[in-house]
Amino acid sequence: MITTHNLTKKYGSQLVLNIDHLEIPKGQSFGLVGNNGAGKTTFFSLLLDLIQPTSGHIENNGFQVNTSEDWKPITSSFIDESFLIGYLTPEEYFYFIGDLRGRNKADVDKLLSNFDDFFHGEILSQRKYLRDLSKGNQKKAGIVASFIGNPEVVILDEPFANLDPTTQIRLKAIIKDLAAKEGVTVLVSSHDLLHVTEVCERIVVLNKGEIVKDIQTSQETLKELETFFAG
Amino acid sequence: MFNRFINLQWKSFFRSSSFGKGLALKILMLFFGIYMLVFLVGAGIGLYFGLRKLFPSENPMWMLSQFLVYWVLVELFFRYFMQKLPVMDIKPLLNLPIKKSSIAHYILGRSGLSGYNLIAPFLFVPFAIVLIAHDYPILNVLIWLLGIFGIVLSINYVNFIVNKSDKALGIIGGLILTLYGLDYFGVLEVREFFGPIFHGLYQYPITAIIPIAIALIAYYLNYRFLKRQIFLDASLKTKSKEAKTSELAWTRRFGDMGPFLQLDLRLIWRNKRTKAQVFISLLFVFYGLIFYTQEMYANSMPMLAFLGIFMTGIFLSNFGQFIPAWDSSYYSMIMSQNIPLRKYLESKASLISVSVIVMFMLTIPYVYFGWKALAINFASAIYNLGVNIPVILYFGSFNKKRIELDKSPFGNMQGTSANQFLIMLPVLGLPIILFSLLSYFVSLEVALIALSLLGVIGFALKNPLLDRITEQYRKKKYGMIAGFKEKNN
Repeated sequence: MITTHNLTKKYGSQLVLNIDHLEIPKGQSFGLVGNNGAGKTTFFSLLLDLIQPTSGHIENNGFQVNTSEDWKPITSSFIDESFLIGYLTPEEYFYFIGDLRGRNKADVDKLLSNFDDFFHGEILSQRKYLRDLSKGNQKKAGIVASFIGNPEVVILDEPFANLDPTTQIRLKAIIKDLAAKEGVTVLVSSHDLLHVTEVCERIVVLNKGEIVKDIQTSQETLKELETFFAG
Repeated sequence: MFNRFINLQWKSFFRSSSFGKGLALKILMLFFGIYMLVFLVGAGIGLYFGLRKLFPSENPMWMLSQFLVYWVLVELFFRYFMQKLPVMDIKPLLNLPIKKSSIAHYILGRSGLSGYNLIAPFLFVPFAIVLIAHDYPILNVLIWLLGIFGIVLSINYVNFIVNKSDKALGIIGGLILTLYGLDYFGVLEVREFFGPIFHGLYQYPITAIIPIAIALIAYYLNYRFLKRQIFLDASLKTKSKEAKTSELAWTRRFGDMGPFLQLDLRLIWRNKRTKAQVFISLLFVFYGLIFYTQEMYANSMPMLAFLGIFMTGIFLSNFGQFIPAWDSSYYSMIMSQNIPLRKYLESKASLISVSVIVMFMLTIPYVYFGWKALAINFASAIYNLGVNIPVILYFGSFNKKRIELDKSPFGNMQGTSANQFLIMLPVLGLPIILFSLLSYFVSLEVALIALSLLGVIGFALKNPLLDRITEQYRKKKYGMIAGFKEKNN
């Protein structure tokens, strides 16, 4: 589904990302871990064509990301609060995203009804604009918005940060379901080793822009990661 | 402790984002600042001579005193909008070992030095100097000045007390209108009544204590209130308005453009700065009244062309020059979403087109000043629709400065760069020059036809032009995303 070719990103003379080859098959739940500055967000930004690669390119479903725009209908993402439109209510935001992805109000409402648990009564019909919601609730809205319109690739940057424990557990179930039942390729980055090992079939560790580990998740993975990061 | 506060203040001023602006803008702001100061000082000096000339038989001091009541009320009225106690700034001090009373004193004392308080001294000190030069008693004048400072500080602190309720604004506004009305229709001699009171400050120096006392009392009241309010959930909480959902279902009729139109309308209505743009634009309809009524301008072609382009295009330039920076806080989302950039731009173009048409309709009554005004405004509107809309959208692709939508609209320079000044040349300058030259060398009719024709041609070429602009936005995309992410500009 997603293939990178000799991808590098430099700022000045500093190499911040250097991924020779990475292939993420369809329907995989893929986890990206690494310390601050490892290049996780840079990779996601490249994947969404928000920054230009210094060399190489990424293909998403066969479309080269930085030249074609045909990957956009099948890809959705939530990177940070800058993906939210502060002066809309959550509902209006969901409908807007729905409009962009060819889903009418009824479709969106139907999808949202699946997330009642996840929202915990704090998102819908609150008579509040997104800018006035708490960080955690903003995040919930952004994450759910990225599920609108049956995307084939979902990219979530640090989805667990700022969420309360109950929501974290629910989110883990949602992500697992997406990948397992609906064949969606889910890309998740996190600082929380426990969460990623629980959710992702495969974990890639980035360090200073390079892939240093590429693990199929198993019982020992958490231990392995902890030893790596403790080192 | 106090030194530390001053140090903090100093840093917050010199490290503020407005100082990080581009050099060109900094110089421009500096010139503007100097211009304002020179203007105030000049007005202060001129005040004496002006009053002398207007009322030769009266003492300037006496005349000034009669008007001071309006100054006080009007300043209170404006400060209500402009000046708020910057309580949010003390949030980082709360968990430090600093007494609440020091924090309250700090924030109140600081407001005493605010720029608004400088306006009056810059006006009245030169005035006082002129008075002394004209052999007014030095002691009286100096103490009068002291009284004026007292009044300024009283306004400053009373404003913070008043600021807590919207009713107060209505009362002040009402008071200004009533007093002025009573005065104007001679029902009550308001100036006669308040004149001696303010003149007393000069005549009986001892009374200067009164405004100073008022300032101190107002300060103390603020202090007492503030000290009790320094909690996260009290005064430091940002108020959030209850959201009003609006369907705007009619936008569906515009097909693919609908969602964007809906978004733009919400953008405009739900954010202070954009909303202010709408009101400012509407107010500029009256701009014509200033010039059409004056013989000197009413027959000057450049002036008429300027009025036409400006009045029908005020929203076009005010709102249009910051496209797409209005969407800067979520621009990366827009760019990674499944969005046809073309539709996004088309929606903006339609919105501005509607504004041009509305502004033109509002200027129709100016036909009262002759058919010329109407014809020129009509040609200008066509030109704005056909030529200026693509031009302003094209220049928008050079915008790289973020706009924080929830910031106050007053004196807000966010998103401004050299680009904003460059845009004005083609948008305003070109049509005015063209029109003036044609009407001067050929005839008014030809000039009108030329302007309209250009507009029609632009309109006919709308699609290829928009394609070209879309391409431009695509090319500039990465720079825009990076620029819009920078919070301090």
